[in-house]
Amino acid sequence: MSGSEFVPLSLVPMLTGIFVAVACALPGNFLVLRRQALIGDAISHVVLPGIVVAFLLTGMVTTWPMLLGAAGASIIAVLAIEGVRRLGKIEAGAAMGVIFTAMFAGGVLLLEQSDTSNVHLDVEHALYGNLESLIWLDATGWGSLLDPEALATIPVELPRMAVTLLFVALFTALFWRPLKISTFDEGFARTIGMKTGPLGLGLVIVAAIAAVAAFDAVGSIIVIAMFICPPAAARMMTNRLEHQIAWSVLFATLAAVLGYVLAGYGPLWIGLRDSVSAAGMIATVSGVILGLAALFGPHRHRGTAAPTA
Amino acid sequence: MTLELASSKETVTARADSPFAVRGLTVSYGQKPAVFSVDMTVEPGKMTAIIGPNGAGKSTLLKAALGILTPLAGTVTVYGKPVEEQRHRIAYVPQRASVDWDFPTRVIDVVLMGLYPQLGLLGRVRPVHRARANDCLARVGMEDFATRQIGQLSGGQQQRVFLARALAQGADLYLLDEPFAGVDAATEKAIIAVLKSLRDAGKTVVAVHHDLSTVAEYFDNVFLINTHRVAEGSVAEVFQANHLQDAYGGRLAGAQMDALRLS
Repeated sequence: MSGSEFVPLSLVPMLTGIFVAVACALPGNFLVLRRQALIGDAISHVVLPGIVVAFLLTGMVTTWPMLLGAAGASIIAVLAIEGVRRLGKIEAGAAMGVIFTAMFAGGVLLLEQSDTSNVHLDVEHALYGNLESLIWLDATGWGSLLDPEALATIPVELPRMAVTLLFVALFTALFWRPLKISTFDEGFARTIGMKTGPLGLGLVIVAAIAAVAAFDAVGSIIVIAMFICPPAAARMMTNRLEHQIAWSVLFATLAAVLGYVLAGYGPLWIGLRDSVSAAGMIATVSGVILGLAALFGPHRHRGTAAPTA
Repeated sequence: MTLELASSKETVTARADSPFAVRGLTVSYGQKPAVFSVDMTVEPGKMTAIIGPNGAGKSTLLKAALGILTPLAGTVTVYGKPVEEQRHRIAYVPQRASVDWDFPTRVIDVVLMGLYPQLGLLGRVRPVHRARANDCLARVGMEDFATRQIGQLSGGQQQRVFLARALAQGADLYLLDEPFAGVDAATEKAIIAVLKSLRDAGKTVVAVHHDLSTVAEYFDNVFLINTHRVAEGSVAEVFQANHLQDAYGGRLAGAQMDALRLS
């Protein structure tokens, strides 16, 4: 494909997909190891009522009110999950299940009752997003990347995801040691003075920021998949957390690129006429990668203890 | 009257010098207290065993004193100052079963965690830090396992890695939660040798312990607990039939008492 076709049509959705995938996979590594991976699922569902409420209040589908609504809803959900877990003395997974299904269902009801027929706000959009629509109209080829006028019209989702990814990566790098130590041994972490409570909450909030920023561009399917599949696949490739992070970034990128290409051209290759949802295909590819890692990864077995020395 | 004053004064100085002094510590998991109004004053430069039946609050006492659990009431001082100001002087070894040993990390990385207070968020791990970590591994006889994934170790080896991490912290007070639980005889010997060498170097060691038959051999002092404090003092004073019956109630059979050769 020539640059004059690729740059306006595919470059932006592909890059956005990569940024989303990596931004979710990075905190996903810690969430999976902390057995909190479902929080990504929870957050990507609870943003729906937040977005609908923001729409009802402003009457417009504009970015900032919707992002604020989504962020507000996820903060309420995180606090509610923590509250149910503590007051009900039940495990975190059950608390998440209760809160996110209830809030998502509430969002669907709100959406049905509100007059959203003339805007593209619907459940399908919430699930699949619309990666393919991120077309860079003013681009004419690779040269446009250096053309300030053309760059000004680049779909806003791309720079927004780039900033989000940068933020997530900085958080991970800066708090690498506390995250690693407290994920492995929380009791020890506290005795050396780490504030493990705020740190854990910070991790969930960073995951929520990634999920909310990604939601608008790509829908919740990719978000859910990317929090879990690349980190889980990466765990089976290595026994070191540092390497696991690198593998998860690689897998997330691979899923985004392969998924986008397969969604656009896969059906053509097998003789069908229409393309399929890129978000759905990216999530599917990440699932296939996880399956392959589970079958062939070098460290897919749990460490078996050596005989007592 | 004067006698009482003198004795309370003595207690205050003992508390100020103590590496680990607990006053009125009360912890509850639900309705029932797990630890109720416990006082404990650990003698410096000694090895103290915390002894009591299952569910007596031995581990809870340590966790609450260190802020891992939030107590309902009580104060804890370490060398006369609040725990928060003395964290650098404390090394805590949790129960081995409290962590997931499938965590993707190597033996040497776990030991390096003990150096976090020196390294901070972004400080570079220098050869001097690695040498220190390797040295601590050698002290527990695990120097050949530095690059192993921790899940590949036996229970005893995992316990030694935890002890090596505590050594890396270079603390003055060592608090260990069941360090001999589920370990092999060789590991038990290695661990007790390291703990005794710490004591001989003037450090203070406190360990939750469950094997009554080794108390007299391993420890200098005993703290008996069953939710309440039962008794506290040297092995000779406290490790006696009457105190043990108080702590364990009917749970220690006569034969067991005989086996311990107590008067």
